[in-house]
Amino acid sequence: MTTPVHIEVRDVNKSFGTTPVLREVSVDVASGSLTALLGPSGGGKSTLLRVIAGLEHPDTGTVRISGVDATRLAPQRRNVGFVFQHYAAFKHMTVFRNVAFGLEIRKRPKNEIRERVMELLELVHLERMADRYPSQLSGGQRQRMALARALAVEPEVLLLDEPFGALDAQVRKELRTWLRRLHDEVHVTTVFVTHDQEEAIEVADTVVVLADGAVEQVGSPADVYDNPANPFVMRFLGPVTEIGGNLVRPHDIEITAEPRPGSSQATVARVVRLGFEVRVELLIDDREAWVQVTRGVAEQLALNPGDTVNVRPAHRASRSLPPH
Amino acid sequence: MAKYGLRTIAVVYLFFLLVLPVGLIIWRTFGDGLAPFVEALTSPSALHAFRVTLVVALWAVVANTVFGVGAAILLVRHEFPGKRLLGAFIDLPMAVSPVVVGLALTLLYGRFSPVGGLLESWGLQIIFSTPGMVLATVFVALPLVVRSVVPVLEELGDEQEQAAHTLGASRFQTFLRITLPGIRSALAYGVVLCLARSLGEYGAVAVVSGRLVDQTQTLTLFVEERFQNFDQPAAFAAATALALLAVVALLLTRLLRPKD
Repeated sequence: MTTPVHIEVRDVNKSFGTTPVLREVSVDVASGSLTALLGPSGGGKSTLLRVIAGLEHPDTGTVRISGVDATRLAPQRRNVGFVFQHYAAFKHMTVFRNVAFGLEIRKRPKNEIRERVMELLELVHLERMADRYPSQLSGGQRQRMALARALAVEPEVLLLDEPFGALDAQVRKELRTWLRRLHDEVHVTTVFVTHDQEEAIEVADTVVVLADGAVEQVGSPADVYDNPANPFVMRFLGPVTEIGGNLVRPHDIEITAEPRPGSSQATVARVVRLGFEVRVELLIDDREAWVQVTRGVAEQLALNPGDTVNVRPAHRASRSLPPH
Repeated sequence: MAKYGLRTIAVVYLFFLLVLPVGLIIWRTFGDGLAPFVEALTSPSALHAFRVTLVVALWAVVANTVFGVGAAILLVRHEFPGKRLLGAFIDLPMAVSPVVVGLALTLLYGRFSPVGGLLESWGLQIIFSTPGMVLATVFVALPLVVRSVVPVLEELGDEQEQAAHTLGASRFQTFLRITLPGIRSALAYGVVLCLARSLGEYGAVAVVSGRLVDQTQTLTLFVEERFQNFDQPAAFAAATALALLAVVALLLTRLLRPKD
């Protein structure tokens, strides 16, 4: 990678009591990138983000931001913007005052504050909500306010902890797309935590997969999806099924009526139509597997429960892995 | 039917327990018009008792507010060994009789104890004087601010404070701009409760004050002393004044009680 490293996490360990939460974690975040920390809950991703923000201190290891050792620096001196899952809106302040908070702390002139806040409120489409209180906003609006508040101080780094986790599915999708576009406009180095692999793949340009407090894999979304480092990453990033003793993505399997080299015989157990996609459930030597095909393929094969078919991983198949 | 039955019982119970006695005092106070009431309360002794009560109560409220907010933040936001013990100590005044508190303070700070003797040699008299009365009042009203603030502080959570930190606010700025506004109504509620308790304190203050008329006599002590000396008009007038103060405090707590 030729882009300079902006956040450098090295050998970070962190335990809560006797429970290790981060184990020898090292991550580089490229300048201007949009990086997702992806993993199951309890995997340590939020803790890692809080360590970068200075809201938690690592037991050992270092954090460097823009080349400066920030490991022992208080959060207020790191110049990071942090967005919380539950917004952390200042309830007793209007939207305007919320966004102005960091600028008021920095004692900027009144005119400058007003100008900057209104500019940001426009950016997050809340310009008409300036005089409202957070309790009068919807969840999505509150989160956009929190984002504007974090951006107001022109942070070097923007950190988002499950920013859309508390929102309903519809709003979540909208905000995702919006975050991506915002990042393309603002270009601030951004790290966000999510347990939703679809969100990570859709929004981020780099995905860091964390499980049990350790980094499992780092790569582009396509990379971690198509070339998973291990069965855990493969399972976590998308659907998998097992044929011929290997883990395969169900859309990377060819079904044919006649046997072909490398194929194995299977019995159709069930055919489920999910709109465009058809899910074919199979029994291969009494083991369950499933294949995802398009409607066209399913109609061409005229699949019915009880039919015998032949399956094999497609040539274009992404990597298949032994399941353990 | 059961609904009305319960209501009736509750109303009758409160009537005999609360409304009737307080009502009687007020009736006896104003039985002969307003003039005797004003006269009884403007006597030099009564005015002095008012002043002593106010001075003691204000100092106690100030001390308990500062300590209360500090202790609440310590209990909710920090982990440290002995935290549960601190919590238990703060609740102690609820369980200990004020008379015991008074006696204990007298034992420690009295003229014939090492501590009290030492302080006295520096010219600081605790027992039979204002500092002792403030101490006693602080003690009995100790948990009120802490216990009002703790649940609100817990509910508030620390995310807003953390957000303020990441936006560049120092600990003190965060306390002033985020924490304090967040606990404002709970704190006001606790302060008024503490004030009401301080104004009405009798037992502990009775022991440490020595009940010196025109010197360490508070309003509650004044009521008792006048009553013992068969000066019923003065006793009733002062009692009514205390009750009115309590009612005002009660109304204030109603107004200040945290909304939603």
